[in-house]
Formats: sequence, structure tokens, C-alpha cells
Amino acid sequence: MKYVDEYRDGALAKSLSAAIAAEARPDRTYAFMEFCGGHTHAISRYGIEDLLPANVRMIHGPGCPVCVLPIGRIDDAIRLAMRPEVTLCTYGDLMRVPASRNGSLLKAKAAGADIRMVYSSLDAVRIAEANPDRQVVFFAIGFETTTPPTAIALKAAEAKGLANFTIFCNHVLTPVAMRAILETPAAAGEPPIAVEGFVGPAHVSTIIGTEPYRIFAEHYGKPVVIAGFEPLDVMQAILMLIRQVNEGRSAVENQYIRAVTTPGNLAAQRLTEDIFELRDAFEWRGLGIMPKSALKLRDAYAAFDAEVRFAVETQPAADNPACECGAILRGWKKPADCRLFGTTCTPETPMGACMVSSEGACAAHWTYGRFRAHEKTATAPVRRAS
Amino acid sequence: MTAQSPIKAFRRKLDLRNGRVDMSHGSGGRASADLVAQIFRDAFANEWLDQGNDQASLPLPAGQRLVMTTDGYVVSPLFFPGGDIGSLAVHGTINDIAMAGARPLYLSASFIVEEGFPLGDLDRIAGSMGAASRAAGVPVVTGDTKVVERGKADGVFISTAGVGVVPEGITLSGDRARPGDAVILSGYIGDHGVAIMSSRENLEFETAVLSDSAALHGLVAAMVAAAGPSLRTMRDPTRGGLAATLNELAHQSGVGFRIDEEAVPVRAEVAAACELLGLDPLYVANEGKLVAVVAPEAAERLLAVMRAHPLGRDAALIGTVVADERQFVQMTTSFGGGRIVDWLSGEQLPRIC
Repeated sequence: MKYVDEYRDGALAKSLSAAIAAEARPDRTYAFMEFCGGHTHAISRYGIEDLLPANVRMIHGPGCPVCVLPIGRIDDAIRLAMRPEVTLCTYGDLMRVPASRNGSLLKAKAAGADIRMVYSSLDAVRIAEANPDRQVVFFAIGFETTTPPTAIALKAAEAKGLANFTIFCNHVLTPVAMRAILETPAAAGEPPIAVEGFVGPAHVSTIIGTEPYRIFAEHYGKPVVIAGFEPLDVMQAILMLIRQVNEGRSAVENQYIRAVTTPGNLAAQRLTEDIFELRDAFEWRGLGIMPKSALKLRDAYAAFDAEVRFAVETQPAADNPACECGAILRGWKKPADCRLFGTTCTPETPMGACMVSSEGACAAHWTYGRFRAHEKTATAPVRRAS
Repeated sequence: MTAQSPIKAFRRKLDLRNGRVDMSHGSGGRASADLVAQIFRDAFANEWLDQGNDQASLPLPAGQRLVMTTDGYVVSPLFFPGGDIGSLAVHGTINDIAMAGARPLYLSASFIVEEGFPLGDLDRIAGSMGAASRAAGVPVVTGDTKVVERGKADGVFISTAGVGVVPEGITLSGDRARPGDAVILSGYIGDHGVAIMSSRENLEFETAVLSDSAALHGLVAAMVAAAGPSLRTMRDPTRGGLAATLNELAHQSGVGFRIDEEAVPVRAEVAAACELLGLDPLYVANEGKLVAVVAPEAAERLLAVMRAHPLGRDAALIGTVVADERQFVQMTTSFGGGRIVDWLSGEQLPRIC
């Protein structure tokens, strides 16, 4: 495949692996977080861990919008879908995400809810147009990448004069979550955050550009290398991060120059700005409530807001208290350190954020990497009785 | 159909162009008889079916073991590039029998048809099924038809059963894989799943990929003749794809598998479609492929025989059986790393990003 195979070349991987091994200093360790689930997927899917020296460790971040969506919002979506007049349109990977009381959209569909899996936000608009007697709700989710397509769907519905199309908005923001990871203080008895640098999001950065990451390099002293999702992209980003650390630098560098520009996609940014505004606070599964970390529709577009039309009031729903997602997402622990991992918490029965979608840290480790023996953190702190 | 058929006397010509299945076609009365006679009996015509009984009385070769299987087909859409539900039902059931190293002899077919279904489409499906069974030399010798109310089925569901016989000295079973055995795949994976997806209503995309739906008993007969008792087990990687099949065999035999991603044949078009949809070809369905586990000393011979057969032309040695009490299917990626090829969790769903 043109433009794909070039970035999965085994021979090039070998030479990059050798370069990383040569430049990683043997007298220290390196710990980098790949923020995006797409990177986590590539690392696991291609076995990149096997191509890195033992002293270079990747921490799988929270960058999967499905993983970090709180249970309460899935409950909301199920309640919406169970309304007799509603057709709920959703992206496929939300279907299995567990909600309260062992529910999910898949189970709600089996129970009679009209839930349609769509591949594009515009599919939801088409469904609304074809079914004027139904209230069609588009379950909008994702980081900055999928926000413009939601905006385009809204504009299309507006242009068609559709009165039966609304958006249940769950768009969240990447830089805010990165900051939260760095700023959350270590709990007593737990070591400080291990992350020394970030492999920055690829698709998100095509929209927002490179500037929003400057704060991490300049204020927090954490280098950021924005990288594509192909395995060679990820390996090159790791090499670039090691170089920065070795040279004592922390800058924002762009490995993904074939898609990401410094200012990003200005037209998409303007469209997003026109339609969405910041929520005061939004809950992230595994990370808790974060201020100014998500978007909602502006009042001018209230007619398209499912939360307004159907008076959605999210009820908080707690994760399993034994779940170690927070510690895993911040790099304190590895998936196998969690006592739920592989016992009560598996991809079939996910308990926490990291196991929810295939791109979560625990799901990736379970699905692709659990054959490795060295899967526990050598110094994993013993869980304190609470 | 023979001229002596008692049902033929009641024949009224069905309107295959505009007619639709209605509840009377399942009533057991004249309309049912017309439907059976003009669609199914015409399509499947053979000496056993033409006797018009509710069962078929069949001769069996002496001294051989009988194998039997049953399967249900609920594919959507009913017609797809490279086949339809009718030919698929024949191929799938023949293959389930053939995977025992057996020679398939007879099939049965049960149709559950939704009220309102176009007669022309039913005729096309039955015709395709009849053609597939004739081409395979495995007749449909008995059958049944039911009509259910609109909304209680999705067009047509087909259930089939099949019987076959295993040659003496051949025992293939999923629990017979042993460490050191070779794992051979008969050709490109993922064609059927991608062909189906490309024709789904909400997911139409341009692809030249055709379903690989095919009856594999000819290939299997050549393999059994070449490798005989060295063949440990065979399985066709249908739903769940190659990944599910290897995990099933690992579980049954209490072993692990180690495969090489580079060696697994995937068409560029299939890889591209999977890339677009966020799917992994290892989990995509096939309907005309088989995985064989064979003693190492017979592997090359078997591979040569398979490659000489049109349905095994692209056969490849993809890995080996290893001792592993955890029963992991491990894969060396084309990138040079390692990973597990796990069971699929639920349905394979496209990712957001």
C-alpha cells in the first residue's frame, strides 16, 4: 500500500532500533508517554516494545476518547436511545463500552432501542433526513480530530432545515488532559510522575497544530515530539525524544511533517470555535473531573443540542474502587500491577478506562503483549488499604 | 425433475419477475407445493429429491466412518461480490465435512423465508445453490421451507446439514496438533469478509475483491492422498478469521502457535480495506480457505500438492506449533516485534480514530 508500507518497513525498523539502542545511555532509564490510543495500538500491534532497549519504557496515555468517556455519559446515551421517539447514531467502538448496571449500547439495542452504528457524522444527518418522524441523536465523541466532522454535521443539518437532528456532545481536549497528568500530585507512598516526554498526538495536531504543546516543553520541561501513527513514526519519535533528553533540551518537535503544520487547520479551528465552547468541567474516566477539558454546543446552536432538547442530567457513576486506571494512566503502574487485570477485568468484561476500548493501556497489553514475562513494574507500590 | 413427479401435476407458474413470498407459500397447501416444485426441486433436481419424500434414503459406502454437520446462514446482504447466500450455504457445509478429511456425499437444506421476499430473488438463490451443489458433486437430497411473517426474518435464512465419509486410516481432529508440527494456510485471507463489507448498505466502497467462497473437498482429497496420517487437523477459518481458528486449535490441543506475519498471504486490496475500516485481516472471515496442521516431515510435500490445486495455489507455510501451556498464538510481526494474536473480544468494530 502506497503511503502505508513505507512506514512499516521491517528493515528500517531494525536500523532505527539500532540507533535508539546506540543513543539511549546505559546509565539511565527513559520513560515517555504516548498520549494517543493510536500510538498505543501501533506499539502493541507491531511489537515495538521488542525493538526498544530495556531502559526505554513507554507509558500508555489516556488518549482514547472511548476509554476516557465516563460511565455516566454512556448511561445518558442509553437513556436517550431507550426513548421511543429517538434513533441514536453512534460510532462502532462505543457499542460495547460498559455502562452502569452491566449495561451497554449493544445490550440496549438488543432490548429494543433504535441504535444505529455510523461511520461518519454525516451518516447521522442522512438518517435524520430519511426519517422525519424520528428524533435522531448523534452521539458525538472524540478529541479535536473528530470535533470538526461533528460541526460539519450540524451545519449540514442546519442547511437542510432538519428539526429532528441533535448532537449529544462529548468532545474533549487533548492539551488539558496532558496538563492534568503532569499536575496531578503523587499520592502518599507513590513515586512522582514518571513521564519525561510525550509522543504527541498525530491526528489531533493536524487540526490544532504544534503551538498548544509549547507549554509542556517550556513550562513543564517535558519534550514533545508530535508523531504519526505508523510504527516507524513512533520509533522515530522515541529516538527524537531520547536525543532531546540526552542533550538536556525540551522543545516541541514535529516528526509528522507530512500532515501537521505549525498553525494546524485554521478553517477547522474557526468552524469549531463558531459552534462549540468550553464546558466548566467534565469528568474523564480514570482521571476524574477536569476543568475546561471538554466542549459543548454554544447557546446559538441550542436547537441542535440533545442535552437541551431532552433535558439530559448526567448522574455520576463510579468505577470499580479497586481499579488502578489512574495510576496506570499516569505511568505509576503497569497494567499487570492492577489486581483486577485479567481476573475480573478483561476486554470482555472491562472494569476501568484502560480496558474499555482496544486502544486502552490494559486492553492493548492483554490483547497483544501479555506473553511477555516482564509485565509488572519492578517497584510497584503495594496498594494501601483505604 | 422427472416427468413422473406427483407434485408436477399441481404446477401453476410462479410469477418470478414480480411475485413475492406470502404466507400461503408456507401453508403446506398448493402454493407451498408450487413454490417447492418450481424453485427448489428445479434448482436441486436429483434422484433422491425427486422421489418427493420428507426424507431421503441414502446408500453409504461400506466400512467407512460417517461424518455429519449442520450450519445456519444468515448473511447480509444476501448477494455479494463473488457469491450469494445459496452458494455460500453449499460451500460452507461441504467444507465443514471436508475438514474431517471426509468426502462429502449429501446435503439437506431448510429455508426460512420472510413474507414479502421477491420470488425472483428466491429463485436466484436456489439456482445458485443448485449450481454450486452440482459443481461440487454433492446433491441436496432433502429440504424444508417455512414462511414467517414480515419482520420475523431478514429476507432468507438457510440451514443446511451434510453427511460425508472418512477414508480408512484418516483421523483429523483439533486436539491432534503437536509441538513441531507445521501450520499451512491454503491462500489469501480476508477476501470474503471484505467483499461482504464492501456491499453493505451503509458501507459501500469500491473494491475489486470477490468472496473466496468455494468448496474445498477437492483440495482436501488431494491433501489426504498426499499426506495421509501425517495430517493432524484441518479447519476452515470462517467467522473470527485465522485468529479464531488458531486459538481454537491451540485450546483443543493444549499447545501454542508461533506464526510469521510476513508469511500470511493478504491481498493488497484487502489490506487497504482493513486499513480504512480499522480492522485486522487476521480476524476477517473466509469461506474458501483452510488451515492445516501437518507433521513437519510431510509439510513440503503437502505444500507442493496444495499449490498444484487451483484452490491452494497461494498456499503458504505460516508457522509452527510450539509447546505453551498458556496456549498463546504468538506472531512475529512484519515489523520485527512480537505480539499475541488473541481471541476476538465481541465483534470486530471500527475504531473512531
